[in-house]
Amino acid sequence: MMKRLAPVLAAAALGACLALAAGSAAAQTKTLRFVAHADVKILDPTFTTAYITRNFGYMVYDTLFAQDASGTPKPQMVDKYTSSKDGKEWRFTLRPGLKFSDGKPVTAADCVASLQRWSSRDSIGRAMTAAGAEWKGVDDSTFTLTLKEPFGLVLDGLAKPSGFPPVILPERLAKMPTTAPLSEVVGSGPFLFKRDEWVPGSKAVFVKNPAYVGRKEPPSGLSGNKTAHFDRVEWLYLPDSNSSTAALKNGEVDMIEQVPPDYITPLRSDPNILVGSGGAYQGFIVFNQLFPPFNNAKVRQAVLHAVNQEKFVAAMGYPLDMRTTYCATWFICGGPNQTDAGAEPFRKVDVAKAKQLLAEGGYKGEKVVVLVPTDITYLNAAALVTVQTLKSIGMNVDAQTSDWATITARRAKKDAPDAGGWNVYVTVAGEFDVNSPMTNAYLSAACGNSLPGWPCDKTLDELRAAWVRETVPAKRKEALDRFQMRAFEAVPYAYFGQYSPAYAARKTIRNLDKYWGIPTLWALDK
Amino acid sequence: MGILLRRIAATLPVMGVVALLVFLLIHLSPGDPAALIAGDLASTDDIARLRATLGLDEPLWRQFALWAARLAHGDLGTSIFTQVPVTALLAQRIEPTLSIALVTMTIAIVFSIPLGTLAAHRAGSWIDRAVMVFSVLAFSVPVFLIGYLLIWGFAIQLQWLPVQGYARLADGVGPWLAHLVLPCVNLALVYMALLTRMTRATVLEVLQEDYIRTARAKGLGMLAVLGHALRNAAIPIATTVGVGIALLIGGVVVTETVFAIPGVGRLVIESVQRHDYPVIQSVLLLSAGVYVLVNLLIDLSYPLFDPRIRDA
Repeated sequence: MMKRLAPVLAAAALGACLALAAGSAAAQTKTLRFVAHADVKILDPTFTTAYITRNFGYMVYDTLFAQDASGTPKPQMVDKYTSSKDGKEWRFTLRPGLKFSDGKPVTAADCVASLQRWSSRDSIGRAMTAAGAEWKGVDDSTFTLTLKEPFGLVLDGLAKPSGFPPVILPERLAKMPTTAPLSEVVGSGPFLFKRDEWVPGSKAVFVKNPAYVGRKEPPSGLSGNKTAHFDRVEWLYLPDSNSSTAALKNGEVDMIEQVPPDYITPLRSDPNILVGSGGAYQGFIVFNQLFPPFNNAKVRQAVLHAVNQEKFVAAMGYPLDMRTTYCATWFICGGPNQTDAGAEPFRKVDVAKAKQLLAEGGYKGEKVVVLVPTDITYLNAAALVTVQTLKSIGMNVDAQTSDWATITARRAKKDAPDAGGWNVYVTVAGEFDVNSPMTNAYLSAACGNSLPGWPCDKTLDELRAAWVRETVPAKRKEALDRFQMRAFEAVPYAYFGQYSPAYAARKTIRNLDKYWGIPTLWALDK
Repeated sequence: MGILLRRIAATLPVMGVVALLVFLLIHLSPGDPAALIAGDLASTDDIARLRATLGLDEPLWRQFALWAARLAHGDLGTSIFTQVPVTALLAQRIEPTLSIALVTMTIAIVFSIPLGTLAAHRAGSWIDRAVMVFSVLAFSVPVFLIGYLLIWGFAIQLQWLPVQGYARLADGVGPWLAHLVLPCVNLALVYMALLTRMTRATVLEVLQEDYIRTARAKGLGMLAVLGHALRNAAIPIATTVGVGIALLIGGVVVTETVFAIPGVGRLVIESVQRHDYPVIQSVLLLSAGVYVLVNLLIDLSYPLFDPRIRDA
C-alpha cells in the first residue's frame, strides 16, 4: 500500500514545493497595475497619432533626444552632438552599449533609417526635409544631418514627444512601408512587450528590459535615466469607470491614468489615494472652411468672441483647480511658447461684437451642422456648449448626434453640410500636440493640407516658416508673437479652454512627482 | 445519425444568410476603421491611403467574396486594428465566456428548478408569492445596478471577492471561482427568475393532469409525484436552459464590462465601436452558429425526456 502511495506523496510534495517557489517568485516580482486611458490596439507609434500607441512607444522604444520636465530637449540615446555655427551641419554620436530587444546593437544605420521613416510622417520631419535635410551614417555609432536652409527646430524635432515621436527602430523595420502599421515590436526602451500575454481589449504586459542602458542623469520628463523600478507593468483596459475606481479603492490596481471628472472628488476623499494632474489639454472647435459660413474668417472670429472658456471646461466637469478660467494663448498656458500676443480683444465674451462680425461675414441664417458625439462624455459636453454658443450669437444650429467613430469618418468628407458633410465638430488635444506652431495640428497645417476642416491662410504659412527658420531665441519669440496675432485674425479653429486630466494612484506608489503628461512609468516605484 | 446529418445540413443555408446579413449590416453602417486607426490628428490623405492598404476601397461585393472565400477555408481573417488573427482573439475570449455560461447556468439550475417546483407545489401560498416576487425583482432590476451593488457589498465593503478581472482556470480553481462568483451570481439572478417562472408554470400544469391524481390516489409520496411531474415538465425547461446557454456564449456585454472580464461580449462591442470588420463578422457568425447548434442539441435531447418523441 505504502509503495503505491509513495509516488503520489512524492508528486504531491514536489507540487507543493513548486507552488511555494512560484508563490515566492511572484512575491518578489514588483508589479505595477496601471489602468490605461484606452485599449492599445496598434503597436506602431510611427503609424498613428493615437495617444495610447504613443504611450506604448515610450514603454518599448527610445528616442535620440527627449524633453525634460521643463520642455527642454536633452540627449537621450545620443551621447554627444555638435552643430555648425549656421546650424546646417550636425553630428551625433550614440551612447555605447545600446541594444534592441532582439539582442542586436543600436547602430547609426538604424537611426538614419528611423529618422527617414519619421520624416515621411511627421510635420517637423517633413519641414526638415523641405529645408533640405539629409541624414547619413558615418560609422556604427555616428551619423550626421546636413541642411540646405537654417532650421531652428532640429533638437525640438528629435525630442518631439507626441504626434509621431521619432522613436528608433531596427533598420529592417524602419525601411518597411509606412502604409500599414508594423506588427513586430523591437525596441531599445525601458520595457519589453510580452506579446504572449497580450489580450487586446483587456491587458498589455511589459517586463523590465534587463539590457536597457540608462543615462546617469535622474529621470525628468521623458529624459534622463529610464531604468525601470518595476519588474512588470500591466496595462489594464477597464472601460467601466465605476469598476476601475472600485478596483483602485480595493487595491486591485495601483493607478488610473485618466479619471473621469465625476470621480475626482470622491477619490480625493479616500485617504489611500492621491489624485494629481497629468499634463494639460486644450479644446478645439473645428470649422469646415470649405463651405459657408465658416469659409469667412469674420464668422470664425465671431465664434471666438462668443466662446466662454470657463463655461466649456466647467461643463466638461473638471474642478476649479484642474481648469483655467481663461487661457490667452493658442500654445498651452504654462507651456514653453505661452504668449498673450493678440489675445486682448477676445479676453471677455462679446456677443454684440460676435453678432456684428457675423453680419459683416455675410451670415444670413444658413443651417450650421454641428456633430455631437454621444459616447465620449467630455466631448459631448463640449459639443453641447458649442451648440449653445453658436445659438447665442444667432446661428441656426442643426445638432446631429452620433458615436465618435461615425464622426471620425464623417469629418473626413468634403461633401456639402446638407449632403452628409458637416460645419463644426469639437475635439481636444494634449499639450504636446498644441504647444507650438509646428506641433499644433491645426496651426501647423499649411494651405493644401488634408486635415479635416481644411484650414488655409497663406500669411500664417509665411509666419510659421519664418518662426521655423529663426534660430535666435529673442527673435523667435517675436516671430511667435506675430504668428499668434495672425492666428487670432485667421482663426484656423477656435480653442475653447484648457484643463488638466486627472490621474489617481494609491499612496503606496512613489515618485509621482516625476510622473509627466505622458505616462513615465519607468520613474515610478512602490 | 441520418436525422442529425440532415439537421446539420439544413443549418448551412441559415448560416449563409446570417453571414450575408452580418456583412451587409456592418459595412453599410456609418463609420470608417481607417479614420480610427490613423488617429485623431490624421489627414484625409493618410486615411485614404490606409483604406487602400486595408482593401476597404474595393467594391462591397468583392470584399464579401474575398471574406467568404477565406471563410470557406476556415480562415476567419485578421483584426484590422491589432493585426492579430481572429481565431487567436477568439481563443483568448472563449474561456472566460464559457466559464461564465457554465457557472451561471449551474447556479440558475441548482436554485431555480427546486424553487419553481416548490412554488408550484405550494401554489397560492406565501412561499409561492415570495418566489414570484423574487422572480419579478430579479428580472426587472437592471443587471448593471445589481452588479454595482454586489461589487460595493462583497468587494469593497466586505473585501471577500475581487472587483474585476478574470483568472484562468489553469492558474487555479480558487482564483478562477473567486473572479466568477460576483458576475455569475449577477447574471444568474436573471436566469433564475426566468427558469423559476417557467418551472413553476409547467409543473403546475402537469400537477393537474389525471395521471398525477392517479399516482397520488395510489399513495405515491409527494417527492416521487413531484419527480414524475418534473420529468414531464422538462421539455420547456430544457429549451429555456438551452437558449440561456446560447445567449450567454454569445456574450454578456454589460456584465463583462461592469466586471472587466475579457469575454466574447466585450470583444463584439469593442469591435463594433471601432468597426473592426473581420472580428465582428466572425464573432457574430460564430454566435449564430452556437445558437443554431444549441437549438439542434435541444431538439435532439427531447427524446431523453419524452420517449414518445423517439418512438414517433
